[in-house]
Amino acid sequence: MVKKTHVSTTINGETAEFLCEPRQSLLEILRDTLELTGSKEGCNNGNCGACTVLMDGLPVNSCLVLAVEAEGATITTIEGIAEQAHLHPLQQCFLENAALQCGICTPGFIVAAKALLDRNPKPTEHDIRFELAGNLCRCTGYDKIVRAVQDAAAALEGKH
Amino acid sequence: MKDIEYAAARSVDEAVGLLAARGDKARILAGGTDILVQLREGLRDADLIVDVKKIPELVGLSHDAKRGLRLGASTPCYRIYRDAKICAAYPALADAARIIGGWQIQSRASIGGNLCNSSPAADSIPALIAHDARCVIAGPSGRRTVPVAEFCTAPGRNVLARGELLVTLEFPPVGDGEGARYLRFIPRNEMDIAVVGAGVWVKLNAAKDTIAAARIGLAAVAPTPLPATEVGAWLAGKPATAATFAEAGDRARRLAKPISDMRSPAEYRLHIVGVLVTRALAGAVDRARGIVIGHSPNGQEH
Repeated sequence: MVKKTHVSTTINGETAEFLCEPRQSLLEILRDTLELTGSKEGCNNGNCGACTVLMDGLPVNSCLVLAVEAEGATITTIEGIAEQAHLHPLQQCFLENAALQCGICTPGFIVAAKALLDRNPKPTEHDIRFELAGNLCRCTGYDKIVRAVQDAAAALEGKH
Repeated sequence: MKDIEYAAARSVDEAVGLLAARGDKARILAGGTDILVQLREGLRDADLIVDVKKIPELVGLSHDAKRGLRLGASTPCYRIYRDAKICAAYPALADAARIIGGWQIQSRASIGGNLCNSSPAADSIPALIAHDARCVIAGPSGRRTVPVAEFCTAPGRNVLARGELLVTLEFPPVGDGEGARYLRFIPRNEMDIAVVGAGVWVKLNAAKDTIAAARIGLAAVAPTPLPATEVGAWLAGKPATAATFAEAGDRARRLAKPISDMRSPAEYRLHIVGVLVTRALAGAVDRARGIVIGHSPNGQEH
């Protein structure tokens, strides 16, 4: 077996260190080593977006990042989206719009939608559909997800 | 994925040394969006992954109106379409960068990686051909330059020899009256591999009513990305009108040699390549005239 590598990162605002084999994805380490199981493995090849996390502020498929590449990076997972005990407006609006059914895609959608709203606080429906094209949902037909993101954008605008 | 070693090279020389020593058992890691899938699925094999994203020369872009654009080979796609100056000067490149996968892919995937993966359906390569980009390649015996139009040799294969590494892509400076457009057709709205892709660059005369020069690159209609050189040459001196665009589409159709596969029958690709060349030419001419057109991938919206 190949020697393990020591990796030091910041995950959801806290320092996180782990040992990994070079072949292991960031998703594997998040789920199996760090027990952050909110990020889901859907396709494991970059199509579905269920494993989306923010890496240095950018949405990435954590299945297509080697864990060794996360050295020095700042990572936000779905576990880091809520503010203490308060759901993030995106999470609240997903609940209120029933924008999920089986829930496997939901963490990836919420993390990607957070990246979208951080960049573009007033997205059009077209913007939302285009920017979230890297996240697949097989239950909702997407309309409820789009409405949830629109509502979250409005809620966030009201807060500022 | 099987056990593998990882090395993050800090310089071009270090990367070349690692690649030369390990030959085809070493693979370059840029954004990883192709290679990690290929290693996992057994489509390619490697004992060593050489991460090139910590080599300063390979990451970032520098643009100068007089010298043109130098694009580090492993610069992620989003850096291109978030840069208003690059979008204005090299719009076909920006069109392609915006539709390679979704945002998650574009945060990591690079134009250099898309080129080195050498898929006949690669979205960036027709745009690179249209913009007349050149590859700066480093290897054990120094550096050489190869036009993108001559880089790919077969599906998944290219001119890179043992120990060689794509360092930068160089684009010529852009003058007045130039415009470019990349369009692809897919059955979905986003996130799919091209059924056909067409990249077009034009330069208009001073009155902006005649095409002075044109270059066209096509995707997914031949074993490699196809420079439609004859069509570009035919366009020189022609009026910039819908009839010209349509005839260029017909001529592109006659150059294309597509196959039938899971994405499309060959006959459909032959039809679509004419449609896309016609539309991409119209879009490139619009841009050359200073008309702002949107980034819808199939050219039907906006």
